Amino acid sequence: MSVLAHESDEELPAWSLPAEAGESIRLPAAWTEPITREWAWAGSTGRGVRVCVLDSGVELHHPLVGVVNRSVAVIREGDEIVVRDDDEGDLCGHGTACAGIIRALAPECELVSVRVLGAGYTGSGSVLLAGLEWAVGEGFDVVNMSLSTTKRNHLDRLYELADAAYFKRTMLVASAHNMPVESFPWRFASVISVGSHEQADPFTFYSNPSPPVELFARGLELDVAWLGGGTLRCTGNSFATPHISGLCALVLSKHPGLTPYQLKSVLHLTASNVGGEA
Amino acid sequence: MSELEAAVAAGVLGAEQGHRSLLQSTVEVARAIFHAKASSIFLLDAQRDELVFEAVAGEGAATLVGQRFPSSTGVAGWVLVTRQPLVVDDLAADTRFSREAAESTGYVPRSLMAVPLLVEERALGVLEVLDRPRDRPFTLAEMDLLGLFAGQAAIALDLMLRARRARDALAGEGELAGLARIASRLEAADDEARAAGLALLEALERVLR
Repeated sequence: MSVLAHESDEELPAWSLPAEAGESIRLPAAWTEPITREWAWAGSTGRGVRVCVLDSGVELHHPLVGVVNRSVAVIREGDEIVVRDDDEGDLCGHGTACAGIIRALAPECELVSVRVLGAGYTGSGSVLLAGLEWAVGEGFDVVNMSLSTTKRNHLDRLYELADAAYFKRTMLVASAHNMPVESFPWRFASVISVGSHEQADPFTFYSNPSPPVELFARGLELDVAWLGGGTLRCTGNSFATPHISGLCALVLSKHPGLTPYQLKSVLHLTASNVGGEA
Repeated sequence: MSELEAAVAAGVLGAEQGHRSLLQSTVEVARAIFHAKASSIFLLDAQRDELVFEAVAGEGAATLVGQRFPSSTGVAGWVLVTRQPLVVDDLAADTRFSREAAESTGYVPRSLMAVPLLVEERALGVLEVLDRPRDRPFTLAEMDLLGLFAGQAAIALDLMLRARRARDALAGEGELAGLARIASRLEAADDEARAAGLALLEALERVLR
C-alpha cells in the first residue's frame, strides 16, 4: 500500500477537535530548560535511531562505516520499479562516504542503504522517487538525500512524499544545489536543506537567515570513506548533508519522538551562529 | 541542391562546426582557469543510456572523443543522476576510483572535479576537470565558479544538440526532410507555380496557427 494512504487508516474524526477534548491530547512541555548543545546531544551515540542513506549504495565491511543493517537497491524490471535486497555495495563511492560521515558522528545509530543509482540515467527520477517512497514507508527516523532532481513532472509526487515523511516524523535531510538551476526536494519547507561552509570542525554548523538553504555544515576537503576500504578527500554539499543527518541521529537518540519542526528548532537554537559554540 | 536547400544545410552544418569549437574552447578555458592537466565534456546519449566524450582538452585529447561508458555508475554517473557537483582528491592513489577513471580516460588522475550540465530541467551531460594543482587548498568559491562555468558549457551543448536535431530532421529520410525538398522545388519553379506554392504555404500556416 502506498505510504501516502496512511492517514486514512487513522480513527475518525481526524480533522477536528471536539469540545473538552483538548485535555485528552495534552502533550508534555518538554523544553523547560534552555536548548543547548549539552541538552541536545551530549552523551548521545545515536543508539536506537534508524538512518537511511539514499545514494549509490554503501560498501559492506568498510572500516569507517561499520555495520550496515540492511542494503536494498531500487531497480527496474521491465516496466516495473522494484526494491530488492542487494549485495552489490556501492557503484560510485559516494554513498559509502555519506555513511562514514554519519557513522563518525553517531557511532551507534542503525544504518540502512537504499541504492538509487546504477539503473541507468533514463528513468532515474522514478527510481529516486521509488526509493524515497520505500524509505518513508519503512518509517526511518532520518533519511539522508545527498541528491536532487530537476524534473518538474516529479514535483507533485516528491511534495507528497516529503509531506508524508514530515507527518510520520521522518526527517529528510537534503543537499542544496549551488548551481543556477531549480532542483528539488531541498527547496521544500518540509525537509532540512544543507549547504557547505569552509570550517574543519564537523560540529560547526550555521543556521541561514536567508533560506531556502537552511543550514551550512562542513563540506570542504573532508577525508571520507570510499571504495575498497579506502578514503578520498572530497568537497561538496553532498558531504555537508550527512553531517546534519548525523546530528539529527544524536538529537533523536537522546530525545526520541521529536517532530521534524521540533528537531529543526533544536538545530537552529544550537547552530554555531545562534546558541551553539562554534 | 537548390540555393535555399544549400543555405539551410550550410547554416545547420556551420552551426555544428561552430558549436563544436565552442565546446572545445570551453574545456580549454576550464583547464586554464583551474590550472588543470585535462578537462572534458561528456554528453548523455539518452537512447543508449551512456555518457560520450564530446570534447577533451589536455591529457587524452587525441584519443578520447567518442568513447562511451554507462550513464549511472562511477563519479560522472553519480553527478549526472544526482545533479550535484563533486570534487574528489585521491590521496592514496590506489583506490577503485583511480582505476575506474583510468579505464575511461587512459591515464590515472589524482583529482577530479565533476559538475552536471543542466539546462532548465534537463541534464545534458557532465563537465570534468582533472588534476588541478595540489599545492594550494581548494575553496568553495572555486566550487561556485565551476558551477557557473558549467552553466555556460550547458548552453553551448544545448545549442549544438539543437543544431544536430535540425540537421538530422532536414537531411535524407529525416522527419522534416520534406521541408527541405519543398524549398528546393519552390526555388526551381516558374513564377506561376511558385506563387501558387507560396499561397498554399500561407494556407498551411493559417491551418497550423
